[in-house]
Amino acid sequence: MGQNSKLKLGLYWAASCGGCEIAIVELREKILDLDAAADILFWPVALDFKYKDVEAMPDGHMDVCLFNGSIRTSENEHMAHLLRRKSKVLVAFGSCAHEGCIPGLANLFDRQTIFQRVYLETPSTDNAQGLLPQTSTQMPEGEVTIPRFYNTVKTLAQVVDVDYTVPGCPPQAPQIWAVIETILSGQLPPRGSVVGANEKTVCDECKHKREEKHIKKFYRPHEIIPDPDRCLFDQGIICAGPATRGCGALCPTVNMPCRGCYGPPPNVIDQGAALLSAVASVVDADTEEEAARIVGEIVDPVGTFYRFGLPASLLHRSRLADR
Amino acid sequence: MGDNNFEPKIVGFLCNWCTYTAADSAGVSRMEQPPNVDIIRVMCSGRIDPAFILKAFAEGADGVIVSGCHPPGDCHYSTGNFKTFRRMPLVEALLAQYGIEKERFHWGWISGAEAVKWAQLVRDFTAQVRALGPLNWKQQLASKED
Repeated sequence: MGQNSKLKLGLYWAASCGGCEIAIVELREKILDLDAAADILFWPVALDFKYKDVEAMPDGHMDVCLFNGSIRTSENEHMAHLLRRKSKVLVAFGSCAHEGCIPGLANLFDRQTIFQRVYLETPSTDNAQGLLPQTSTQMPEGEVTIPRFYNTVKTLAQVVDVDYTVPGCPPQAPQIWAVIETILSGQLPPRGSVVGANEKTVCDECKHKREEKHIKKFYRPHEIIPDPDRCLFDQGIICAGPATRGCGALCPTVNMPCRGCYGPPPNVIDQGAALLSAVASVVDADTEEEAARIVGEIVDPVGTFYRFGLPASLLHRSRLADR
Repeated sequence: MGDNNFEPKIVGFLCNWCTYTAADSAGVSRMEQPPNVDIIRVMCSGRIDPAFILKAFAEGADGVIVSGCHPPGDCHYSTGNFKTFRRMPLVEALLAQYGIEKERFHWGWISGAEAVKWAQLVRDFTAQVRALGPLNWKQQLASKED
């Protein structure tokens, strides 16, 4: 490796579900083209490399690192700094690295509350001694350490400089390939760009027939069988299309509402506020009481409007209790 | 910080046609009110993006006021304030989930003729936020982070 002109590529997952890795495999036979064009120097999910292999590289050794996952633990943050140092171009790949994604909803809680729930309260937990994770434990053989679990989930760009962002939960294979082709061509867009996504909203791409909205009642997807031809939002299903960067309108195409995973479109600073605004303003209520009743039926507003972007939003998280 | 010297910073988003006029009138009439409210005039309360409110809190406001024309009928644009009363209950719900006390956010209606009501709101709301102490959103997150 290194003696040829092939692109030196790294891929890493921090706090993520593995879906972004599946999305890479979803390139199917093109993964062979990727292998022909690039040397993969680091990809823990698929190839047997160790952290020490990365540490041994000279700084800036890798041309591109596709980093998926949010920053949940001290290990995630350590790897973010390490891969930043070893990569010429660092890409926040997928919604977790971009804006925190589903793991970021834990920002409505703190470490103590999460540990309490996960290790003590869940019905499937058998933990009679009430043990909680400790960053350091003394064993007969010596000290055992595990990474620290932070109070707050952060995006990649909140801990290191990021060159490009590829949104999506997960990014879609054709768009991933377009990004890889762009990298291979050497014609990189301006630093800081969002790549592999469209400039307009999901609504702009959606084929459903839109009319003027008058919403008397909001439905969750399991509460209604939608008319497949009409705008889902018109039918009272909260759809994040108006406040989400276009992915090709994949979910609405199969009659599921957009949930917002591609993040805000350009020039929107807070996706949740934009979606809240769009949703509330079409409520068909001419009195304060009726409006309050209709919007009051929306379960979990933060989880609905910030499903993928709480850590990247204006407030980042809920208030932390004094402990 | 919860000392007696704490002066709350309050951001007021007021519609041009009603509440701003009332605030102007309250000032011109020399009505007594504490100087804690920084007023941002917008053309209509329906123009107030919820992001304005969140940003105010994120950037250091201890309290936020949203006020426009009385519904139904008073709005200069007919139904701009309808948008306001449809959105603000959801903003309240968001703030509750974020752990921001409901006493830090006031939304309502004050017409151009209600300068007295505006001055009273400023006095009451400032006292209410002062009693809660500082919010210091960014600093409190940073100080408790690890």
